[in-house]
Order: sequence, then C-alpha cells, then structure tokens
Amino acid sequence: MQQSATTERRHVESVRHEEHAGFWRTYVFSIDHKVIGLQYMMSALVFLFFGFSLMMLMRWQLAYPGKSIPGEVFVLLPAVISAATLVIALISKRKLIGLVGLTFAGLAALVWYLVSDEVLFPDGVMVPELYNSFGAMHGTIMVFLGVVPLAVGGFGNYVVPLQVGAPDMAFPRLNMMSYWAYFIGGVVMLASFFVPGGAANSGWTSYPPLADIATTGQTVWLLGMVFLITSSLLGSINFIVTIVQLRANGLTYMRLPFFVWAQFITAFLLLLAFPPLEAAAVLQLMDRLAGTSFFLPSGLVISGQALEVSGGGSPLLWQHLFWFLAHPEVYVLVLPAMGIIAEVIANNTRKPLWGYKSMVYAVIFLGFMSFIVWAHHMFMTGMGTVISTFFQTTTMIISIPSVIILTALMISLWGGSIRFTVPMLFALAFLPMFGIGGLTGLPLGLAPTDIHLHDTYYVIGHFHYVVAPGSIFALFAGLYYWYPKVTGRLMNDTLGRIHFWGSFFAMNGIFFPMLIQGLAGVSRRLWDGGAEYAHAQDTLYLNEVMSISAWVLAVFQLPFIFNFFWSIRKGKKVESDNPWDATTLEWQTPTPPPHGNFAMVPQVYRGPYEYSDPKSPKDYVPQNVA
Amino acid sequence: MQDLLGLPIDASAHGPEIDHMIAIVHWLMAVLFVGWGSFFLYSVIRFRKARQSKADYAGVKSHMSSYLEVGVALFEIVLIVGFAVPLWAKRVNEFPPEKGALVVRVVAEQFAWNIHYPGADGVFGPTDVKLVSADNPVGLDRSDPDGKDDIVTINQLTLPVGKPVIVRLTSKDVIHSFGIPLLRVKQDAIPGQVIPLWFEPVETTENIKERLTKRYQIKKGEYDPRFTAMVAMMDYVDTENNLIAGKGNLLFPDVIDMLAEAGHNEILAGPDTPMEIACAQLCGLGHYRMRGYVAIKTQEEFEAWLSEEASYLPE
Repeated sequence: MQQSATTERRHVESVRHEEHAGFWRTYVFSIDHKVIGLQYMMSALVFLFFGFSLMMLMRWQLAYPGKSIPGEVFVLLPAVISAATLVIALISKRKLIGLVGLTFAGLAALVWYLVSDEVLFPDGVMVPELYNSFGAMHGTIMVFLGVVPLAVGGFGNYVVPLQVGAPDMAFPRLNMMSYWAYFIGGVVMLASFFVPGGAANSGWTSYPPLADIATTGQTVWLLGMVFLITSSLLGSINFIVTIVQLRANGLTYMRLPFFVWAQFITAFLLLLAFPPLEAAAVLQLMDRLAGTSFFLPSGLVISGQALEVSGGGSPLLWQHLFWFLAHPEVYVLVLPAMGIIAEVIANNTRKPLWGYKSMVYAVIFLGFMSFIVWAHHMFMTGMGTVISTFFQTTTMIISIPSVIILTALMISLWGGSIRFTVPMLFALAFLPMFGIGGLTGLPLGLAPTDIHLHDTYYVIGHFHYVVAPGSIFALFAGLYYWYPKVTGRLMNDTLGRIHFWGSFFAMNGIFFPMLIQGLAGVSRRLWDGGAEYAHAQDTLYLNEVMSISAWVLAVFQLPFIFNFFWSIRKGKKVESDNPWDATTLEWQTPTPPPHGNFAMVPQVYRGPYEYSDPKSPKDYVPQNVA
Repeated sequence: MQDLLGLPIDASAHGPEIDHMIAIVHWLMAVLFVGWGSFFLYSVIRFRKARQSKADYAGVKSHMSSYLEVGVALFEIVLIVGFAVPLWAKRVNEFPPEKGALVVRVVAEQFAWNIHYPGADGVFGPTDVKLVSADNPVGLDRSDPDGKDDIVTINQLTLPVGKPVIVRLTSKDVIHSFGIPLLRVKQDAIPGQVIPLWFEPVETTENIKERLTKRYQIKKGEYDPRFTAMVAMMDYVDTENNLIAGKGNLLFPDVIDMLAEAGHNEILAGPDTPMEIACAQLCGLGHYRMRGYVAIKTQEEFEAWLSEEASYLPE
C-alpha cells in the first residue's frame, strides 16, 4: 500500500505547523494520534479508578449491610493519590501530572460529597436507591468510560498507526473530535450524580419499563451514551481507514501484528453494533421526554396508579437492540486485550506466535459470529425451542475461535525462552484467568443450565473474570510494555511485581467466591447481598471475603499509580529505542516518537514476530530490516 | 460434582436433569482447565529463560491442538443435541394437560408477588387495570361469577406436592424475574405479556426444612448472621424449665444470648422459610426485598388450606 507523496508532504507541513502550536494545540486540542491516545488513556484510567471506587463503597454495604460506612477511609484513598501526584508534579515540574492530581482531589471531594449526604447515607448507611445507582454507574463507567476507551481509544490510537508504519491516523481531526465527544460523554455521566434523584439507577442495561419511569438521571445517562456512541463511531471509521489505507510498503495483511488485527475487527464491531443502541437510546429518550411508548406496553400500573401513556410498545424490543450492541461490545472489551497479550507473549518468549494465521482467521470469524449470539442474554424472557436452539448453537460455535486464539497463545509458550518481565507476568496471568472467564460462559450459554444460573452472582463472576483479570490485566501488560516507548523510561520493576502479585490474588479473592454464591442461587443486584434469603445463608460469609479482597486490590494499585507518575521523570532511562528487543514497527521510531512518527517511511520485509530465526545472528529481526 | 458445586436442595421433578447437566458442563470445564493449566504451568517452568537460553523458532509441530479443538466442538454438539435442546423443549413446549395440573396466575409488581388461584370453579375471573387497588392487587372483578371464588394471596405461593403446576406469569409494572432456586425455575415476568411455565414439586417444604436442620454452636454476644433467617427446630428451656425458644421460634440475637446464658452451647436450627421466590431481575429500589414464600404441602393439607382461604372470601 503506497502512500502518495502528496499525503506525505501535507503531513510534514501539518507537523511543522503543530510544532509551533503552543500548549493548547499540542496537549489539549491536539490532532497527533499519540497525544490523543494518551488523553484517552489518562481519562480512562481516572474513570476506571472512579468506577472501582463506586464498587468499593457498594462492597461495604454488601459485606456489612445496614452498618454505617467509614466515609473518611474511602475518601482517604483518592486523597492520598491526589497528594502523591501533586507532590510528584511539583518535583518533576509537570503541569499535566498536576492536572491528574487535581482530578483525584475532585474525585475525593465527590466521594466525600456523596458519603456525607444525609439523604443518600442516612446514619451513614447507603440507601437502596443509591446502591442501584452506583451499580448502574459502575457498569457504565467501567465498560464505556474505562476499559473500551483505554483499550481502543488509548492503546489503539497510540500503537496502531505506529505498528502499521503510518505518520498518523487517516483523519486526525476526526480523531480529536472522537476524544472530545468521549470527554463530553464522560462529563455528562459525572454530572448525572448531581441531578435530582441522582445518577441512573436501572442497571447498565437500562431495561424499560424500569428505565422509562426512572428518575432524571436516566435521561442524562442516555444523553451521555449518545455522546459516547458517537465518539466510538468516529473512532472506528478512523481505525478501519487507517489500517486499510496507511500501511507501510510491504506490510501485507498477513504481516500485520496481531494487535492491529484485533483493533481492525474491533473497529468493525463498534461501527456495526453501536448504531442500533444509538437508535434505541434515542427511542428511550423519546419515551421519557416526548411521551412515546416504544418500550411501554398498554395497561401498566405503577405503584397502584395506571400509567397515562398510549402504550402498545414492547419492553423486549429494547433488550434486543441493547444486546445486539452489548454482545459484540464484550468482544470490544476482549479483542484488543488479546492483541496486547499476543504482542507481549511473542516478545517475551522470543519466538514467533504459534499459529498466527489461524489466530487471524479465528479473530475474523469471532467478529462475524459475535453479531448472532446476542439473545443468549435473553433465554429467560420466554423463548421457544427453535430460537433458543439457534442462539445456543451460535454461542457454542463462537467458543471455538476463542479457544483457538487462547490455545495458540498458550502453545506459543512451548519452546520459548521466557523472560518474566512485568508485562509478561500480566500476560501470563491473563491466560488462565481469561480461561476461567471463558469456561464459566459455557453453563450460561446453554439455556437449561442458565435457568439456575441466570441473573445470579455466577454471571457476575463469569464476566468479571473475562474483563478484570482478563482485559484489565492485558491493559496493565500493555501499560508496562509500551511505557518506555512513550516516555523513554522504564517503570520500576519491583513496584511492578508488587502490583502484579497483589492484584492477582486480590482479583481471585473477589471473583471466585461469586461463582460459589451463584451456584447456590444468590441473585445479583441485591442491596443487602441476599442477607435475608434462606438459600443464600451458607454462602453469605463470602460477601466479606470479596469486599476485603476488593479493598486489598485498591491498596495494591497504589504502587502502580505511584510508579506510573514517578517513572515519567525518575524512571530508569532506556538505552535504545527498542528496549525490549522487539520486532514490530513501533519500536523502530525515535523515543518518544515525534509528531509524524517515522523519520522516513518504513519498508516492511517480513512478518511481525521474527524472533530467534536460526539464520539470524541476533534473536530478533525487526520487520523493516531487509 | 454436584455436592462440590454446592447447588441448593432440589425439590422439583425436572430439577435433577438440570443439575446433572450443570455437573456435566462443570466436569468439562474442570478437565479443560486442569489440562490447559498443567500444560501452561509446565511450559512456563520448563521454558524459562534460565533453563532455555535460546528459543525454538518453530515451536510445537504436532497437531494435537487441532484434535483438542475438534474434541471440544464435538463435546459441545453432544451438550446441545443430547441435553440442552431436549431439556429446554420439555420446559417450554411439553406442558402437562391443564386438567391434571394446578394452574396459578402470578402477577409481579414492585415489590411483591401476587398469586391468583382460580378457586373452586377452576376458572379465573376477569381482571381489569381499572379495578386495581390496595385491596385488589390483581384488579380482579369480584362481581363476575367466575371471579367470586378466586383466591388472591400476596407473596405466599402454596402448592400441592406431586402435581404439575402451571404458572401464567405476568407483571403490572416493570420486568421482574420469577426465580425459585430450590425448584430450578426461573422466568422473566414481562408487563404486557403472559408467559406460561411449569414444574412439579416432589417434596414438601416441611420435609426440606427437616433436611436443612443442623446443629449450630452458639455463644453469648456472638450472633451468627445466618440465624436471621432461621428458627429453632426443638423446644429450648432454661434451668428452671421455662421456655426460651419453642420449636419454630425465630432466633433473634437476644434469644441466642438467653439460650447461651441458660447453658446451651449448641442449637438445632433450620430455615424459617426454606423455599423462596427470589426476584432475579433488577426492578427498582426494593428489588432486594422482593421475596415470596413457597409452601409445598401434601394434597390434603393443600385442600384444607384452599378451603380455609375460601372461607375468608366475602359472600
């Protein structure tokens, strides 16, 4: 794929233009994919922390239902992080780190505001309304404002153009717009905590009629979602065009790093799956604001009062539209993660990925299949045998490509010379943890077994294994792996190992007990954690185990946060542009890559993972070496 | 495997099939996890850099993994064809004839389960939204001859043992989910739709209560939170033979303290309401307390209960 000389020239001009652009143009309204990637990353990390904080508060209520919450303790964590980052900002004289410090101060203030509110926390006890609202916002924030923006907006933006040898994304201004749409969506979601009745409280799934009749927060949630969806759509077009059009000479599709393939398929999922949800969000807004009844059937009686609406709508319509997005969305959370894991494993086993081609075909097939499994979330809505057989079958079929990818990654270890670097530790842990997540999907994907497990804690355990020690571990692997490319310095190894081992045990302490509770039949989304149900009694003690693990997990994020900011200025300097001896193109740029990325357009001669080729004297041959 | 998984007691005719399938799937999961896990651990240890300074460019050459994938696929086909589809068809297609079954309407609302029995004539009276009131949660038309003898209870589902039950499930307001873990039953209650489901209880709740009765250690000042949902399963007296807690008494913290003071260091306790309807779909702020109680009685007890309820009906 040849880039035309004019594109090249235009780009160089825009680079020059940007170099004199000043602070705002360089750091805030930048059109450089790397700056935008970092903006996404920083915003997403803050949102991840915030979403996690909501859950830490909820876990108090679950472990000690009805007992007064020690608000100061929960404010302490963001406050400590804020103070530490501000100190680091002062020492290293970095305004941007200062900004992060102030953001955490804001978060501390927000938590304090919520916890000290006598209406939300009478006598320090979280009311059920607030519990539901935190639950809905935890899900929304973690998925739409945390993991996806970090995986796609952050890593995708930063790494994909570098790995395909492009000077930038195909549409740099669209890219900037995508970030700011996301930013506005995020601000709208945060603002919803302050509207009367608080933030949305009908679950991240927002099933009507509950969501249609919910408090104002739901309206704000829908508006926020419209911005977030728009952001994703703009971003996904950009990724597709960049990967199709801007690949360096010689970089054929079968020479693309697996990470690029994963982002490519992810972009198609976002592009094709989000529009139905955007439409659905607009319909729900109409139901709430314009008196329509898209999702409201006739004859509703709410709290003893007949609801004055025209009726005739279908609550199930929303579920179909929602899950038509939300199932592919699961793969949006997972595929970029697998992409990162593939890069890190190839690099740290010092050998080519085993079965690269099968992995590529598998990921394409996976993307396609993800559009026809959605109703396995709806087995309990009254489904006949024919439809349920179709969705059970597609669900079992989609497990095959996932098994292929995971098996290929596992077999890649065989015969390697494994370096246990911090990114590799996270990548290795991903394999069995994601394995548990995938395997526990089996009894949920089969309708008869789903009867017992549907909407129990088993479901929560299942998808958290996929996303938390799965995707989030992959994202940590990516952060430690590409950090030296972005900053020119390595993150501290010891702190990284503490972070890893602490997180590994704490995550299992949170999520494994959920599977046990689920098998006992404990429903999800219960304000008191099932305290009064007879069948829950024998597994109730686990609520405390999970909560303590969650707080321990938080404590083990402190070394990471400190390491992350401290190492920007004080980390060990890298000795070359390619500190991990890697083969892919992002390591063949100067460190950090300047605007425009490559000193000269790279020419690619070989596949992505030419490690330990017996014909080569060194144990790696970069893609651009003839 | 079923014991290991900690599934609750199973009191329905179809339940063992579901449990069996859950067990089979978990066996498959366990085998795969242990298999993959062993390969993973071995590889990570065997091919560490200290032991293997140079990586092997080609890696694994065998096609074992393809066979493994085919094996997994075959197993999944067996699961679908042999278990999932027939079991599901039995639940949603093969309803028992209404003649030999008990038919009940269940109308969910925030945050209660309204149970509607057709009464002696076996015909449900007509219902209307306009008639809904605090005294008439399902909007039953009592002036209609069919509705006269209907019995409506709130949160109390009473059923006979050994007879198929058909539930016609709907909701007045938002989506709820009618889940009874001990019967392996779950079905969303969706407003605007009436969805039928069926099952057959095979054990009385009194029996289950006995089965779940265990001895618990007690100590003064130490309250096991599990006692909140339990009752004493025999009479307990103090040293002067005064009753502290009779059989069936709830075990509040002060009761436990009194028992401990009287020298009891253990107590025979069972669940107060062993079988419950648990709302499984988020339905609003009271979702956590949307709990119904199921009583499975012998046919005679059930009929006695019906006539007792009928005697309270307005003439």
